[in-house]
Amino acid sequence: MSATASLHAQMHVEFPYTRSLGPVLSTFMTGLASGQIVGGVLSDGRVACPPPEFDPTTLEPVTEFRDLGSSGEVVTWSWVSEPVPGQPLDRPFAWALVKLDGADTPLLHAVAADSPDAMSTGMRVRVQWAAERTGAITDIAHFVSLVEPVETTGGGFETLAGALSSTNEDITGITTPVVLDYEYVASPEESAFGRGLKEGRILAQACPTCHKVYVPPRGACPVDGVPTSEPHELPDTGIVTTFCIVNVPYLGQKITPPYVSAYVLLDGADIAFLHLVLGTEASDVRMGMRVKAVWKPEAERTYSLENISHFEPTGEPDADFETYKNHL
Amino acid sequence: MRDVAVVGFAQRQMREFDGSPNCVELLVPILTELWEQTGWSKSDIGFWCSGSSDYLAGRSFSFVTAIDALGAVPPISESHVEMDAAWALYEVWLKIQTGEADTGLVYGFGKSSASPLRRTLALQLDPYTVTPLWPDTVSIAGLQARLGLDQGAWSEGDLAEVAARSRTSASDNEYAVRKGETSVDDVLAQPMFSDPLRRWDCAPVTDGAAAMIIAATDSPLYEQVKERSATITGFAHNADASSLGLRDLLRSPSTAAAGKAAGVDGSTTYDVAELHAPFSHQELILRRELGLGTGTTINPSGGALAANPMFSAGLIRIGEAARRIWSGEARTALAHATSGPALQQNLVCTLEGAH
Repeated sequence: MSATASLHAQMHVEFPYTRSLGPVLSTFMTGLASGQIVGGVLSDGRVACPPPEFDPTTLEPVTEFRDLGSSGEVVTWSWVSEPVPGQPLDRPFAWALVKLDGADTPLLHAVAADSPDAMSTGMRVRVQWAAERTGAITDIAHFVSLVEPVETTGGGFETLAGALSSTNEDITGITTPVVLDYEYVASPEESAFGRGLKEGRILAQACPTCHKVYVPPRGACPVDGVPTSEPHELPDTGIVTTFCIVNVPYLGQKITPPYVSAYVLLDGADIAFLHLVLGTEASDVRMGMRVKAVWKPEAERTYSLENISHFEPTGEPDADFETYKNHL
Repeated sequence: MRDVAVVGFAQRQMREFDGSPNCVELLVPILTELWEQTGWSKSDIGFWCSGSSDYLAGRSFSFVTAIDALGAVPPISESHVEMDAAWALYEVWLKIQTGEADTGLVYGFGKSSASPLRRTLALQLDPYTVTPLWPDTVSIAGLQARLGLDQGAWSEGDLAEVAARSRTSASDNEYAVRKGETSVDDVLAQPMFSDPLRRWDCAPVTDGAAAMIIAATDSPLYEQVKERSATITGFAHNADASSLGLRDLLRSPSTAAAGKAAGVDGSTTYDVAELHAPFSHQELILRRELGLGTGTTINPSGGALAANPMFSAGLIRIGEAARRIWSGEARTALAHATSGPALQQNLVCTLEGAH
């Protein structure tokens, strides 16, 4: 990699959304858990599946429901030649709008098929239930052509055991995992900063207009809207401007509370950044306290600010409030 | 209604932007270009609004970090929409209508290439019954395309014609990422990607940003820039139901409604129309709903099939239309923007030259 190329990193973001359900979706999901697909009756008498919470014409709540068949007709379809993670099938398959028997509007779901040649508009398909049903749209694993033999190994609702094992309790909420992968690219300024950190140096930059020294440097000075282009190397010493004592444990926490999360203003910088102050009792940390970076061993260093393990007090006299009051 | 005119426009579009997800490095030169075009500076702008999405950036508050590019000191009056910047433009236009501002700057940005775009866009779907299946945008458009093929609303050749014309028209567009003289046969010779769609029927994944300045024509500042302006004669947006199964996917009632509200009633033959159709069959739907006939040149820029940067491609349609009025190439123009799956949300903006 050249000395000026952008730094790239893979970034994985994952979080579960917990969603409560209103009466309509609760009815739909409870039905799925017991192996029954339910539709909602619209103001014009049509039966819609999935049932919308509100009628699209009158905007009144949907309150009447109908049990639907587990077979239906493909209204339209498209072929997925390159499936993406999270989709119902990990091999090429079809998406289809399926009008279930007893419904007037179609449901979007996957149809397992060997090739686009096995798909056609108007073809009959039936539900393949998931091995375990929890009250979610994914309880329908996918659809298959009606001519395929019924798979019973999954404990689907075709088997008595499957029907008996299903819960009778109402489903009132769902958890939907969101998993996303990104390639993060650092700006030219961040890239230079990251390279410096790998060498144990803090390469800040100043705005060419207001001459404020930014660490990390930025693609644009927020005051002037121009890139911070003037190189400005900073020492790894500074002061605590403001801080908080973390007492609350949370998932993924790396340090045992209580510990101090502080804004550190490096000597010569105009902008403080957030880091840890360790190596002393949390109760001893105070505004104006002089600190110095504790670097990780060279072999462990990456391009991250985590190359600085934490800051520790130097024991020097505290800075006078007047010297940093404009940096709070 | 206050007359408002488009007086500045700048854009960047590219296949892959090798820079940060908030696109600050693109926004800084784009804004510089706008100051050069108008002779104005940030203190001349009364209201700012942007369009972008944290899901594309993969980080929270990416639109806040993008504000760095503006140099927002002293503080500015600013807003944001999680939609294409064409809707941000609507908000700015509305603000000017209220009299609270005379001028406005709107910008949109998106790094579509940071994640698999067609998958990430599943997050705009119904989170209860649809998103957990992760249907990709291309497949959803494919469902719509096949419906039209099956029912005779369009043919494979019709789609190929749109794709071929878009690529050919884009030849002169320096920002287009997919372009070149292309025949219908060239398109039909391409393999299927998401049957019934070929890759060329689908907008390319595009990174980019765009920005625009609009001004009330009754404001003193307008006098300085009126030599190069395109007046907004109609502006409206509308949305269809979120459930795909409840929609007639061959029609776009929200486009027709937005067009009607913007004054598109068949009495004007627009010289140019810039339609935001990320899939070739969608252009056919839009033309029908807006009643655009042979007297109108469709997508001289190449449209979204040539480049489709998320969150700015709609604004770029309006900018491309305005640019043609500035140059005298067109006297009247219609621009359209879309957001959401299979043309769910639609916006129509009509423009006219001052003379």
